[in-house]
Amino acid sequence: MSTLSVQDHGVHHDEHGHEHHHDTFLSKYIFSMDHKMIAKQFLITGILMAVVAMILSILFRIQLAYPDKAFPLMEVLLGRFAPGGLMDPNFYLSLVTIHGTIMVFFVLTAGLSGTFSNLLIPLQVGARDMASPFMNMLSYWFFFLASVIMLGSFFVEKGPAGPGWTIYPPLSALPKAMPGSDMGMTLWLISMVLFVASSLMGGINYVSTVLNMRTKGMDLWKMPLTVWAFFLTAICGVLAFPVLVAGVVLLIFDRSFGTSFYLSDIVLGGVPQSFEGGSPILFQHLFWFLGHPEVYIVIMPALGISSEIIATNSRKPIFGYHAMVYSLIGITVLSFIVWGHHMFVTGMNPFLGGVFMITTLIIAVPSAVKTFNYLATLWRGNIRFTPAMLFAIGLVSFFISGGLTGIFLGNAALDINLHDTYFVVAHFHLVMGSAAIFGMLAGVYHWFPKMFGRLMDERLGYLHFWLTFAGAYLVFFPMHFMGLDGVPRRYYAFTEFESMERWLSVNVFITWAAIIAGLAQVAFLFNFFYSIFFGKRSPQNPWNSTTLEWTAPVEHYHGNWIGEIPTVYRWPYDYSKPGHDEDFIPQTVPFSETMSSNLPHDFEDNPVGLEEYNKWTSAQKSNEEVK
Amino acid sequence: MAFNKLINSKKILSLFAMLTLFGTNVLMAAQEAAADATTAATSQSGDKPDVWTGVFYYVLLFFIVCIIVAVIGKILKVYDLTQQIQRKKPLNWNNVMGVLFAIFLILGAIGTYWSFTVHGKMTLPDATSLHGVKIDTMFTVTTVITLIVFIITQILLFTFAFKYRGSDKRKATYYPHNNTIEAVWTIVPAIVLTVLVVFGFTTWQKITNSVDAKDEPASIDIDITGHQFAWELRYPGTDGKLGKMKYTLVTPSNKVGVDFKDKYSFDDLVADTLVLPVNKSIRLNIHSQDIIHSVYMPHFRVQLNAVPGLPTFFKFTPTLTTRQMKAKEGNPKFEYLLYCNKICGGGHYNMQKVVVVVTEAEYQKWLASQKPYLNEQLKKDLKLADATQVSGEENNKLASNN
Repeated sequence: MSTLSVQDHGVHHDEHGHEHHHDTFLSKYIFSMDHKMIAKQFLITGILMAVVAMILSILFRIQLAYPDKAFPLMEVLLGRFAPGGLMDPNFYLSLVTIHGTIMVFFVLTAGLSGTFSNLLIPLQVGARDMASPFMNMLSYWFFFLASVIMLGSFFVEKGPAGPGWTIYPPLSALPKAMPGSDMGMTLWLISMVLFVASSLMGGINYVSTVLNMRTKGMDLWKMPLTVWAFFLTAICGVLAFPVLVAGVVLLIFDRSFGTSFYLSDIVLGGVPQSFEGGSPILFQHLFWFLGHPEVYIVIMPALGISSEIIATNSRKPIFGYHAMVYSLIGITVLSFIVWGHHMFVTGMNPFLGGVFMITTLIIAVPSAVKTFNYLATLWRGNIRFTPAMLFAIGLVSFFISGGLTGIFLGNAALDINLHDTYFVVAHFHLVMGSAAIFGMLAGVYHWFPKMFGRLMDERLGYLHFWLTFAGAYLVFFPMHFMGLDGVPRRYYAFTEFESMERWLSVNVFITWAAIIAGLAQVAFLFNFFYSIFFGKRSPQNPWNSTTLEWTAPVEHYHGNWIGEIPTVYRWPYDYSKPGHDEDFIPQTVPFSETMSSNLPHDFEDNPVGLEEYNKWTSAQKSNEEVK
Repeated sequence: MAFNKLINSKKILSLFAMLTLFGTNVLMAAQEAAADATTAATSQSGDKPDVWTGVFYYVLLFFIVCIIVAVIGKILKVYDLTQQIQRKKPLNWNNVMGVLFAIFLILGAIGTYWSFTVHGKMTLPDATSLHGVKIDTMFTVTTVITLIVFIITQILLFTFAFKYRGSDKRKATYYPHNNTIEAVWTIVPAIVLTVLVVFGFTTWQKITNSVDAKDEPASIDIDITGHQFAWELRYPGTDGKLGKMKYTLVTPSNKVGVDFKDKYSFDDLVADTLVLPVNKSIRLNIHSQDIIHSVYMPHFRVQLNAVPGLPTFFKFTPTLTTRQMKAKEGNPKFEYLLYCNKICGGGHYNMQKVVVVVTEAEYQKWLASQKPYLNEQLKKDLKLADATQVSGEENNKLASNN
């Protein structure tokens, strides 16, 4: 019923407001079809998953720092996975696998895109809800089910999946190859199929909402960069995720039905197996065809969010809006033709490796443009350090540090020696791990008032930022050098190599930095959950922002605006426009109301407006002459 | 009102003091109890209280830190409010954060320098293979370029954050775009990257286009086969050629499944250590029997995955013997290593082989002392296997005739 009125542009809005009295607890909080509630559901599930994945990482960091030390507590917590307080090597791999899977998919894809695309797309383009609220609801519940199954895999006998988050067969295809390839792997695959279904339903919704449901005046070039980023991310996801399903389904066949899509020439336990004719490399092609766009699915929303936050809090228009959009489009397109750089040393045809190297290094250009544009936006700004702004600046710093090491890894010749070492770990944890999580946190601080109608505590936000920011650098910076010393990732302990033992002290340092940064998240969690209930009440537009979502009332209505949806007249970045008394002009203010601040540039595709503007300026001139 | 707050915070302070006192008391008591328990019941259940006291101690410590943070927060709030009451400016967080960014930049620069000098020294020595030298040059060039960009952009980022920290007196400059600047910083990275791409592409082609040329002396063929969690080595005999392998022929005595229908296979040798002659081109044939492994020899800048069903090879030329490296590194324990660099299961972290690079004479001497792959057991088995194979084929024929 409400879905019908949602499509209307405010004609039946009066009845609409009354409908909410009929909301039951179940329809309001559980099976909600309101995009704002679904966003909150995604966010809170995402945060809980992030906490789980973070605890997993602390566990394996402890193992790396103290490989020979028995922790009786480990046995209490992990039982048979840590006999005598020493972690089992197979369980270590499971921890690494599940940490990666949860962080990449459940936190930085669903938690990030799911939350902010849901919250912001309708609010920023001026729609009453998503194109299909029911599908939106399904998207969350599929995601929830996937999360439950993924976490549930900790409770099967042989433990959760263990072949790394990239689940390369044959390791993942042969249950006998490791305990983590048994039941845990099956659950992983089921969970991922559900997850992909969820993200497809979300993605289709985002794309169709952006394309079809923009309010009057909101043409594509008036959309905030957040919406552009979410839109392109959704396109990426819709095109790439189905390929993962294809790969996963074939893997399920190989595991359970005796096919040989990925298997060939295999001897297990001294016995030749019957698999023949498959190729393990095929899986890698399918996986990375998703996997690489996935990296951009993770980082693009974070970049969009930070564009918005940096502009708002620098009180300056984002520098090079068009260039920002074009570089996002460039990244989207290129992200589909670079997947092979994950496979330089697989034995893939070297010429193919060369081609992938070229496309990979090209993608650095739009990324560089984005970085420079951020810097230019900060230049001569009037920067207001809200916690959101701090995290956005942190994102830029991580994006630079991690992005530059990508130039090493994208180079096939250098990748020979760096592939699968800690250099890679440092690279992607900075550029897509830390940067994306900072984008997400920035978004949470910035749009918390929009979600919950209250403000988060700024000082706790500051504490949270500095501990996390410094912590992330302390954790990941030394890892580059471990990689340059040829220390491989996913090693359970460095004790077996004399050449690696000297890195143990660095490992201890990294682990303690990680623990402190992890504890700093308590400041965030407390701040987040406390502020939901007891935070200071927020005004309607707490950050003096120009975009549409702040014209909607603080109280949530299913339908977002009471009365007509506002019309959009200008681009979203009119901050500190000379000639205007305030330092921001919302998108809903027509140019006729701001004659003193209009520029010829504002009327590029509006000849009538330009004529009016010229008339007005000449009138002003003649007035002055009279004076 | 501010006064009230102050009193309030004093209360909190005293509360905090009491808590810490109480906390230490509890801790001491717990520790004593634990000590008692361990002395009383040494072996029976001594573990459990031990486990939890440690945890309790850390949780308490964290709790105390939280309280300190809360107290500092309160004090700041009180300070802010008293300032307001006295009509003075409250604490300007924009300035605080701006200054913190500046401090972070300085500390970060020091830390980066420290890490580069201390950790940087712990990285791999110069490449000891012909192609590795090219990779190292490439690496140096890329490092210099990226470091310049890194330093400039990070300095700009944090100094902008410091310099343009907000104030009510200023208004930001409205500067939405500048096509010239944007073109410049699109084209400059594009040019730099083009240089790197061309440089990288040619290097990569040279390293990987490594089939023996016609007039070149043939490389030494060595087979390496990975399986969970070890490597098997096979050297060619006097004929200089390795016999074919087939995974279906694997038996306990024929570990890698050498096909003895191939005449080259009879004189193949089996070895425990990867011994290589210096300055000779080596062709390492890489196989895997079960799952994907990765042959990684970082000192030679060699890495290639071992993929079941997809034999690959890597050609390289070591340039320094192990003995020379020991002297050069000043480390008598130095060894070249080959280890697995693709997640392959529980033993992944210890799947290594020592690599020894020796002079040609030493190599020949070593080679002469290696055992043949075709050992007594295998000879015995092979006759059996041949017999069963024949009968198997006959059965097949029968089956197809039917």
